[in-house]
Parts: sequence; structure tokens; C-alpha cells
Amino acid sequence: MDRIEKSVLLRAPLERVWRAISDSKEFGTWFGVEFDAPFVAGKAMVGRMVPTQVDPEVAKLQEPHRGARFECTIEAIEPMTRFAFRWHPFAIDPNVDYSHEPTTLVEFRLSPEGSGTRLVITESGFDRVPLERRAKAFTANEGGWEHQSKLLEKYLSR
Amino acid sequence: MKANSAAPVFAALGDETRLAIVARLCRSGPQSIVQLTEDAKVTRQAVTKHLTLLEGAGHVRSARDGREKLWSVRTTRLVEAQRWLDQISRDWDSAIERLRILVEADLGLGHSTRSGPGGLTSSTRSRTVVAARPRRGDG
Repeated sequence: MDRIEKSVLLRAPLERVWRAISDSKEFGTWFGVEFDAPFVAGKAMVGRMVPTQVDPEVAKLQEPHRGARFECTIEAIEPMTRFAFRWHPFAIDPNVDYSHEPTTLVEFRLSPEGSGTRLVITESGFDRVPLERRAKAFTANEGGWEHQSKLLEKYLSR
Repeated sequence: MKANSAAPVFAALGDETRLAIVARLCRSGPQSIVQLTEDAKVTRQAVTKHLTLLEGAGHVRSARDGREKLWSVRTTRLVEAQRWLDQISRDWDSAIERLRILVEADLGLGHSTRSGPGGLTSSTRSRTVVAARPRRGDG
């Protein structure tokens, strides 16, 4: 339960895929985020959510999030092989300060395969994320976890 | 469900005895107070108190089996954790398809797809897309 891994074969040369991932402007194009600065290892990036430019259908779905703050910290830039950053998964509530919560690590690993590129994306560290946060992402009715953790708190303080 | 995979989920409870009780229920299935006390290093009274607390927080439930009360783990929390991961997994599927559109579209064309995804069919997208969610990093 600690990680998500995606492996995909892209019909594009390694250099092309590397650029699409490691160039902050290109990354933003497909991911749907806008950065003012290039990715630098160790740097905390702040961007804004914008609808993706490559898929009008998805862009429409992303429109409500336009302008939302997007933060990640670049962990590693190893040309043509690995790009990694940390972020807060499911940080969807603009009123919540997630800065003290544990982050997950997102890694892009590239290798040539035939005339294309094998891309493996791994997001790990989910075990460290409080379950309350995970549950909240889905609890439309607020009677769920919040109520129960308060109840628990009450019990424990006896 | 293995006890070790359940541990992080219940770590928030922050009490070794309660965690041991939950782990025992995960491992052995429904148990009576008597059975749970055998394993625990505390009194039956203490176990009862912990169970009541866990029940109040929605982590365990009890059911009558004849004259005995059997306690078991509620999996709802674990199911929620799994749903959360499934959602993030779908978000990545969607993001990967957008990356594919970008890098495969300009193959041999010599320009980026900013001019539009012309020539691409929706069949390159494997499933219903989910809007990427705003995320925050270490800040």
C-alpha cells in the first residue's frame, strides 16, 4: 500500500521525453501547471494550476482548479535517467496548511526501449500520510473521520 | 489483511496495547475478551476499556455469539485508504496519457503540440480522465 508504480512505453526518443518531464514549461504543458522558473535540484517550486494544453477534454475538467497554488520540491535531476520531486498528495483544500504533513516522493525513470522510451513513474511514501487525510479526500459528509477523531481525543484525554 | 500493513493505518491511535489488540484481531479474526486478555499484558478490565475506546472510534465492533461477545476489526478505514490510492493512481494514468499526447504528437513533425492535438485520436486515452488535483510540496 506504500507506493503506486506506472510503467509505460512512449513512442518518442529518450531526449524528447526527458525534455517533456524535466523542463518546467514543458512539464506544465501536459501536467496542467505553470511555473515561472526552471526546475533546479533542491529547489522548492511554486506554480499555479492551469488547464493542460494537450487535451481539451481534460482541460475543461481542470478549469475549476485554475490558479490554485501548486508546490513541489525538486529532489533530483539526473539527465536522461531520473527526475524526482516531493509533494503533498491530495492537497486539495486551499484553506489547509499542508506544510507540516509528510510528503510523497514522485520519481520518473527513463530508459531507451527500441526506438521509444520506457517511462516508469513511482509515487511512494503513502504509509506516512495520516489516514485522516486520506479519508478526508473522500468524506463528503463531515460526520466521518473528523467526528471520530474528536471522539477519540475526548476518550484519550480522560 | 496482515497486521503489519494495518499498523500504519492505526498508528494514529498511538497506544501500544490498542495497536496490539487491533493487530491480534487482524491476525486471528473475531476474538472474545477472554481470548484477547490471554495475549495482552494487561487485565481483562483494561482490555475491555481499550475495546470500548476502539469501538467508539470506529475501529472495531462487537457481535454476540451465544453468550459471548466477539470483537472484530472494521475494515472501512482500510477501504478508504485504498480508495484514496486508487484515485491517485487514476490521476497518474490521466497525466501519463497527456504526456503521451505531447511527446508522440511531434514525432517527425518538428514542433510542439501547442498548436493543437491534431491527428491524435481519443483512443490513445485508455480510460475516463480525471482532472489533475492541485498539490503542494515541501514549500
